[in-house]
Amino acid sequence: MIRAMTGGGLRLETNKERSTAAPLRAASVPAEVILPLDQHAGTAARPLVKVGDAVLLGQPIAEPTSDISAWVHSPVSGSVIAVEPRPVAYHAASSPCIVIRNDFADRRDNANTAVDYASMSPAQLSDHIARGGIVGLGGATFPTASKLSQAVAQPDLHLLLNGAECEPWISCDDMLMRERAADIVFGAHVLMHALGTVSCTIAVEDDVPQAIASLRAAAAQVQPHIRIATLPDVYPAGGERQLILAVTDREVPAGRLPSDIGILCQNVGTAAAVARWIRDGEPLITRIVTITGSGVREPANLETRLGTPIASLIADCGGYTTDDRRLIMGGSMMGLAFSDDRLPIVKGSNCVIVPSPSDLHPRSAEMPCIRCGNCSEVCPAWLLPQQLHWQAQAHDVAALESFGLMDCIECGCCDYVCPSQIPLTQRFREAKVPVQAELLARSEAHLSRQRYEARGERLVRIENEQRARLEQKRREITGRKSPP
Amino acid sequence: MFAAFALTFALVSLLAVALLWPRESPASNESRLIDRINDLLPQTQCRRCTFEGCKPYATAIARGEAGINQCPPGGERTMIELAELLKREAIAVDPKFGVMPAQPAVAWIDEAVCIGCTKCIQACPVDAIIGGSKFMHTVITDDCTGCELCIPPCPVDCIEMRPKAAMTGAVT
Repeated sequence: MIRAMTGGGLRLETNKERSTAAPLRAASVPAEVILPLDQHAGTAARPLVKVGDAVLLGQPIAEPTSDISAWVHSPVSGSVIAVEPRPVAYHAASSPCIVIRNDFADRRDNANTAVDYASMSPAQLSDHIARGGIVGLGGATFPTASKLSQAVAQPDLHLLLNGAECEPWISCDDMLMRERAADIVFGAHVLMHALGTVSCTIAVEDDVPQAIASLRAAAAQVQPHIRIATLPDVYPAGGERQLILAVTDREVPAGRLPSDIGILCQNVGTAAAVARWIRDGEPLITRIVTITGSGVREPANLETRLGTPIASLIADCGGYTTDDRRLIMGGSMMGLAFSDDRLPIVKGSNCVIVPSPSDLHPRSAEMPCIRCGNCSEVCPAWLLPQQLHWQAQAHDVAALESFGLMDCIECGCCDYVCPSQIPLTQRFREAKVPVQAELLARSEAHLSRQRYEARGERLVRIENEQRARLEQKRREITGRKSPP
Repeated sequence: MFAAFALTFALVSLLAVALLWPRESPASNESRLIDRINDLLPQTQCRRCTFEGCKPYATAIARGEAGINQCPPGGERTMIELAELLKREAIAVDPKFGVMPAQPAVAWIDEAVCIGCTKCIQACPVDAIIGGSKFMHTVITDDCTGCELCIPPCPVDCIEMRPKAAMTGAVT
């Protein structure tokens, strides 16, 4: 039973057709690729190569450093010319990067081969998926194997593949589902095997009929059966928690994970990447990127080698239409603005928008909150943005926490409807930092208190034991001294 | 008539139960207060307050034997929270109980110099140092509260405080 998102959300005018008119094609391969070591969620990877090393296409060049980290592979063959910090589009600071000069020979690393996943145990398969450098391609870039291992102990898991691309400009998953539905279905089967489950749903918004048709056709050819669920195109239906509620009618509790209610969510692009790694032995070295907006001549979806500078993709799309160089990485609702087009495409780059002024929701100066309550009506997480706004201004960490700031998914719906043009999402993003620090301090205090109390109990126990031993000895001695 | 009588009887018996219900003992009242105070303390267990740990300090506060301005790690915030909880006057944290470093710090053992005397292990209030007798010791950085209690007992001065941010890998 599919229902519309329960409360909240917006019906937005979509602009997907601009970038879906042309078929999916490969982007031109650049002379130099820049690969950030922290392009995934978790800890940065550790480089395995140094300046001057020759590398092959698909060769691992950096290894994970913790349970939540990922391998990085070379998307070209050539030589390493730098291992140094470079600017990136996903945060303000620079990131450590490996820079590789392409020799355009595309010499492959023959160590990467296809594997027979059906003969592997779920744990082996999960390890192997990690070696492919595969992370969530929906944008959050959480390492896929880490997500699998968090869920694997759960019985009756349900795999939910997220094809609900709700951001109004992004169409990379739409194109992937249209043209590579078989990859998604194969990847779904691999993920199901890794989780030891046979139930899987692919959720898609109802405004992508071609994608739905090709998914249905691909799913019909293989067993076990994969359900294709369609849901109304309400933004942000593709948010993980929103999607789970819409498709399964179950809510993920605050502060918990979907796996706690027996659901594992993966993006359709991630499933396709898993398929290419398992079936073709190709690690995650390319991804589909939507290049769109009125500021670019021929919007399109391009299959791009990771590390390609954004300027090269813009050139592939016919170049800029204006000199006004504003860029958005990600969607128009949740994306981040940046201006330097030399920055590289990374695993999480699903879309680059080159907007003209007419594309953007015009914003005037911020005015005071009039308590209209529009924001709480559209909030898909059922928060009260107007209250959070006051509390954030007052830096009231305790109130922000109790009003559920950490459940804000930063979707931008409240900004969109605010008649006073208050940049609420930006405020919430900033306010989360001290709240997060407070939560961390509290959990650390809780742990050190436990250890302190455990130590106290242990010291008392040791002392009592020692006293008992002394007492025992004293009794033995006095017993011996007494006459027989 | 009967209904009115029954209702009156029910109300009177309810009132009687409410009045005669056993009150909380003063002891459990106090222990609850101690727990609430302890919840506000940072659990550094550093003894800067002159008590043997956060809970003993909480106990002393509850009994009116200590001020609310003796916790440097908690700083002004903890003092204000304590003042609100206890309806006492806010009062600046007394620097005589110590001053905290600007950045949170953790202990670090120079493992090449450590002689394995176990004195720091015994001093650590939260079991954050591991090692055996005559073997090198090391600090579990994630568990260290920065209390500095391990520094004075070290006979070879091989322990120093280092900024916590530099000691733990930053997780994005």
